[in-house]
Amino acid sequence: MAGHATAHVDSGSLWGGKVSPFSVSYGKLMMWFFLVSDALTFGGLLVAYGYTRHTTESAWPIGEETFDSLPFLGHGYPLMYVALMTFILIVSSVTMVLAVEAGHRMDKKGVMKWMIATIIGGFFFLGSQAWEWSHFIHGSHFGSVELADGSRAIVKGHFGEFESFKVVKAGKHHKEGEVIKESPDELFHHFRYAAMNGLVKDNQITLHDGSVATWKRQHDHNLELIVKTDGNDKALTKRTVISGKEAEKMYWDAINSGEKGRVIYGADLKSNEYGPSQYGQFFFFITGFHGFHVFSGVIINILIFLGVARGTYHRRGHYEMVEKTGLYWHFVDLVWVFVFTFFYLV
Amino acid sequence: MERDDIIEYSLDAHHSEQEGKKIRRKIWVVTAILTVITAFEVALGSLVKQSSDSWIYVKILFILLTILKAGYIVMTFMHLGDEKRVLKYFILVPYALFIIYLIFIALTEALAVNGAWNTYGG
Repeated sequence: MAGHATAHVDSGSLWGGKVSPFSVSYGKLMMWFFLVSDALTFGGLLVAYGYTRHTTESAWPIGEETFDSLPFLGHGYPLMYVALMTFILIVSSVTMVLAVEAGHRMDKKGVMKWMIATIIGGFFFLGSQAWEWSHFIHGSHFGSVELADGSRAIVKGHFGEFESFKVVKAGKHHKEGEVIKESPDELFHHFRYAAMNGLVKDNQITLHDGSVATWKRQHDHNLELIVKTDGNDKALTKRTVISGKEAEKMYWDAINSGEKGRVIYGADLKSNEYGPSQYGQFFFFITGFHGFHVFSGVIINILIFLGVARGTYHRRGHYEMVEKTGLYWHFVDLVWVFVFTFFYLV
Repeated sequence: MERDDIIEYSLDAHHSEQEGKKIRRKIWVVTAILTVITAFEVALGSLVKQSSDSWIYVKILFILLTILKAGYIVMTFMHLGDEKRVLKYFILVPYALFIIYLIFIALTEALAVNGAWNTYGG
């Protein structure tokens, strides 16, 4: 709370440049200037995102279709995880403002307590973001497929787990007739690699060592293909949903084509299963740049916390350093509010 | 080096235990508002599908709620509402003007490019 200067100012010092026209200290004013410039950077990034989204020919992905998973619980929870991340960041913003408030009462213990809570909240957010990135990069079990007519479909449903591979043609390591039993995740890992590289054809998979195998797996459930094409109205997209037996046939025909690039799993900088390649690039850049801000914010908070613990600011007579780092930390929260809306919600 | 020829504004920021109580109350109220808005947004987002006709209104509502949330964060958490008025507008007005201009020009251009692609092919 900067408030108004209580010190009496005579006209001599007023005209002599002794007074700040904004009634704030140099450091706080400069922090605000920095935040305005940083806000311009983020504003530019989000406007660039909006530009690309409005120009792109192919349909842009919908947040609640892309981000619908929770740790340990699987998929089917649209946007719950991002909402949780938002909540974590809001709470850590609250603990920060409580630390600032304690500083205004010269309550050193209170400042330390709330700053520790803020730092913990920051680490929680960073951890959540790491999970989300990992999930985004690895993608779903189905991936997205290019159908026979050349359109690309994203796939929803429950993937039937792999039980075993049976070798029908020997390679370097596996003999003919051998049954490979590994965990469903490990078997899927082999399958994912093979399907991406065009090594799955006519219900047979070519493994790393050159051996060819057939697979045994459970049935898929609720398989749905969602095909998006641009409608005539630019902002709206036409959305076709194919389900049931027809969807299963179209999906597995594409997988079994033996053509490289028919199926895309997860995301990298070149392509992703969710939509146009720019979507993945913007995801990595915007959330990555924001995550970098959170990371540096945590580091700065730790440094200032050490200053508080040493009593540096108490001796100085005010806790303005806590207030200034607080401004930066709230700014990080502020940016996330906009990223949440424009990247995930709309 | 401390200068003694300028006013130390930082020392004016102190407040008493009594005022602190009021400020903390305000902080918790704003926390509740921000949480409720976020929960409402997620719930509304899962109720209304993007393919529905009313989506455009939901979208506008989301953007308005975002600006409301941002207002609470900047004015209460960042204390900009308590600063001198000249500082408040010195920060907000130039930024708002520039960003509104940027959004307008980028989206107008984007729709023109999209229209051209639809007409002449990408």
